[in-house]
Amino acid sequence: MRPIATTRSSSGMPTGLLAVWWVVASEIVIFGGLLGSYIMYRLSHDAWAGEAANTNTEIGLFNTFVLLTSSLFAVLAHKAAEAGDGKKAARLLYYTIGGAVTFVCVKAFEWNMEISHGYTITANTFWSFYYTAAGIHALHVIAGAIIMAIVAKDAAKNLELHRVELIGIYWHFVDIVWIFLFPLLYIAK
Amino acid sequence: MIESLVPAASTYAWEIDALFELVFWLVGFWFIACEGMFFWLIFKFKAKDGQRAQHITGDEKHLHRWISIPHMLVLVCDIFILGAAVKVWYDIKQDLPPAESIVRIVGQQWTWTFVHPGPDNVLDTADDIYKVNELHLEKDVLYHYKLEAVDVLHDFSVPVFRLKQDAIPGRVITGWFEPNLEGEFDVQCAEICGIGHGLMAARVFITSPEKHAAWMASESPLALAANIPSQGIGEE
Amino acid sequence: MAESITTDAPAPADDHHGHEEQSFWSKYIFSTDHKMIAMQYMFTGIAMAMIGGFMAYAFRMQLAFPGIDVPGFGIVTPANYNALVTNHGAIMIFWVAMPVLIAAFGNYLIPLMCGCDDMVFPKINRLSYQIFLLSAVVLLTSFFVEGGGFGGAWTAYPPLSAKAEYSLTPLGSTIWLVAVALEFVAFLLGGINFITTAMNSRAPGMKLYDIPIVVWMIVIASILFLVSVGPLIAGAIMLLFDQNLGTAFFDPARGGDPILWQHLFWFFGHPEVYVVLLPALGITAEIITVFARKKLFGYRTVLHTTIATGVLSFTVWAHHQFIAGVDPRMAHVFTLTTLLISVPIAEMMFVYIATLYGGSIRLTTPMLWGLAFIAEFLIGGVTGIFLGASGADIYFHDTYFVLAHFHYTFFPIAIIGTYAGLTYWFPKMFGRMMNDRLGKIHFWGTIIPFNFIFIPLFLVGMGGQHRRIYDYSHFPELAVPWMQDIRVLATSALLVMISFQLVFFYNFIVSLRRGEKAGKNPWKANTLEWTTESPPPHGNWKELPTVYRGPYEYSLPDREDDYWPQNEPN
Repeated sequence: MRPIATTRSSSGMPTGLLAVWWVVASEIVIFGGLLGSYIMYRLSHDAWAGEAANTNTEIGLFNTFVLLTSSLFAVLAHKAAEAGDGKKAARLLYYTIGGAVTFVCVKAFEWNMEISHGYTITANTFWSFYYTAAGIHALHVIAGAIIMAIVAKDAAKNLELHRVELIGIYWHFVDIVWIFLFPLLYIAK
Repeated sequence: MIESLVPAASTYAWEIDALFELVFWLVGFWFIACEGMFFWLIFKFKAKDGQRAQHITGDEKHLHRWISIPHMLVLVCDIFILGAAVKVWYDIKQDLPPAESIVRIVGQQWTWTFVHPGPDNVLDTADDIYKVNELHLEKDVLYHYKLEAVDVLHDFSVPVFRLKQDAIPGRVITGWFEPNLEGEFDVQCAEICGIGHGLMAARVFITSPEKHAAWMASESPLALAANIPSQGIGEE
Repeated sequence: MAESITTDAPAPADDHHGHEEQSFWSKYIFSTDHKMIAMQYMFTGIAMAMIGGFMAYAFRMQLAFPGIDVPGFGIVTPANYNALVTNHGAIMIFWVAMPVLIAAFGNYLIPLMCGCDDMVFPKINRLSYQIFLLSAVVLLTSFFVEGGGFGGAWTAYPPLSAKAEYSLTPLGSTIWLVAVALEFVAFLLGGINFITTAMNSRAPGMKLYDIPIVVWMIVIASILFLVSVGPLIAGAIMLLFDQNLGTAFFDPARGGDPILWQHLFWFFGHPEVYVVLLPALGITAEIITVFARKKLFGYRTVLHTTIATGVLSFTVWAHHQFIAGVDPRMAHVFTLTTLLISVPIAEMMFVYIATLYGGSIRLTTPMLWGLAFIAEFLIGGVTGIFLGASGADIYFHDTYFVLAHFHYTFFPIAIIGTYAGLTYWFPKMFGRMMNDRLGKIHFWGTIIPFNFIFIPLFLVGMGGQHRRIYDYSHFPELAVPWMQDIRVLATSALLVMISFQLVFFYNFIVSLRRGEKAGKNPWKANTLEWTTESPPPHGNWKELPTVYRGPYEYSLPDREDDYWPQNEPN
């Protein structure tokens, strides 16, 4: 049984939506702290430009493309959910999950290659940041994919369609974090 | 006020003591005023039979003044304190007067190592005097210190100088002090540095130029190498 | 938050009342009822307070009588001493002040004061408590691993905290850090719940300026926490990697910077003070208005100064690092912001004091606690100015003056604030009144020794006594008789204060069983929680209330009653 509290909307915004924005806000400051620290270090360590040259920009670019495409599917899923087409929304969410899986697999391949070349997390502080930031981001991708699978399962039965929008917001956030990570870790040489 | 508890042994100690007193009187006034008003109101408006409280919203102009005027006055006091604090800070930490001598201070778990420049008054020469937990200074000489740490954070703290400065591994921090009182005082480590933090005590010895020269001669590595009896030189 | 929503249609309100008997487990352990979760937080917090208090007892005994076999603890070695002070600080802030003031009172009061039946995400709420409980257990295990508990101070500055070869607590440091991180997660989940509940689930008619101040304060505190803790979470991950994977984020020998941690820590650490201060201020606001029978002297002033304080609290962090080796020019900026933040806080204090003007003050036990909060917190506030003034901080940094200062803020917050709230809402929580005479004995038995502990510590601080030293005999100037006498005085006062807490627990238990029945509204207060049964049933009201006015309409001249509940139609 659901408390009355969950159905009220004094602010005019649905409660779930409100909460997702607060979750995103709390995540922004976590990544903000990490990337802020990275930028401070980067400014005082010119040698890191040389390290960054050893990252694989092509793979990074490919993963950027994968994430952006998956975000597009999330948008389309939201549209389908608004139109009340749960089946279509679920199918689009599965495409989004496909993007997440591709992203993680490519990432695993990429890391494997780098580690085999000796660029491990302890190689130096640039690589420590590289693995920490990308690793925390990858955890968010995996978590997002799992939640999306749960949402998609319900959506296929036309249940809880409003959640499609919520997970979509979260997914865009994960995407945007990568948009910051990619230039900072791969491109700035 | 602080001087009655801890002697002042550096040229800038009085500045900190004076700043403390300035803050003490300004803040003390507000504290007494607030607490006085507070207790007066409690006794004055204690519940009495048949007497009702007044309905006051706090928006009434003649009453709100009781808040808005003190509010502005607090701001004025803050400006005075800010000015004084900035001045004291600038003199002690930001400004670096030219040095007459120099010491290197190295913190490590859990001792202080003091490197004195020796008779040539230059660090990193053969006559440097290394002492563990003993800092020997000459009165009325302006010293620069080079503060370093080997392992973790430490903090070079000499209460009689009113001086504190963190020592950070990987950095050399430069500062200054000028002792102006002869005597023997505590040196503390004021940043937790592990289980021996409480044992990390050193002493500073401030002596007259003659005594300091004598100490230097007795401790100089050259003197020790030549095996000259140390007292002999000191008494000349 | 997703799993809390299981059906599409809202269940009718009376479903809450016609429920069948619940088992012990579902009623007390796995309940999603906000009041039960509040009690879980409350009692866990009180249990942790006892542990934290016991630690204070052990290390104060060592300070007063160095080297003795402390009854109930044993010999306090230097490693013990460091672990005790470190965890005393961490426990009192993270496992006492936060769970009791924010989580317990927040959980209990937000739905009741906003006139709804529960939190918006009851299951997330339960999860938040479970993670919190786990964090407490993890913290306590850190004492029993090889090397003992972490002893690098609650600030956990690297490199000491980062390397086992320096801290000599290979497991203790990591477990401690994991416990703190779990606690942060628990409060992020809880905080989002508080914020969304207050934003979205208020009773019909309750506008923003009709929300009781304590709810505002808890919500603003949750927002401050949420915004400030992020960088420290990132920092905690980095420190965890430094400890266990061999990275060098904070290791200067390999390109890291230990000062970065200090920035990340204090960017959180300073707002954290306000995170726990605001709920205590809110509780005080509720109490003084009720027992002075007065409207708050400027509801909007309090709200606006709170928001100003919250915003400013993000700009003052480096005043903890004046002498930490940061650029000396930076000190001027942070002195300026630190002195500025005294202005809204002073204004708020003026409002509280002015609220008493023209009142009809009843000195009940909760009122005594509420007034004591103001009187004692003022000391904490004014002594902060000495430390915020950069020049004076050169001398006072890391002395007992700092320690006495922040105990004069945190003790009023965590202890006085808690007792104020607990004695005030006890009738609502348990349906019975507490014994007022015992309450007053406990009050004076706590307040008087408290001042005897910490006023003398200002004095030894001025005398140059530095912190976190297990035995001052190595420092000839600090081993002098008058200082040792003060240490004995402070410890004796602590023992007196601790023993008077027994009066409270006795009063608590006896009143639970034999206290006078409280009825709905024993204090004749206006806010919504007093319009339902004591204790409120599951679902809080048979029919959820509607709000017609602000929370502090006391003593209106044209009304017979000197109070006017928020839900009473005009």
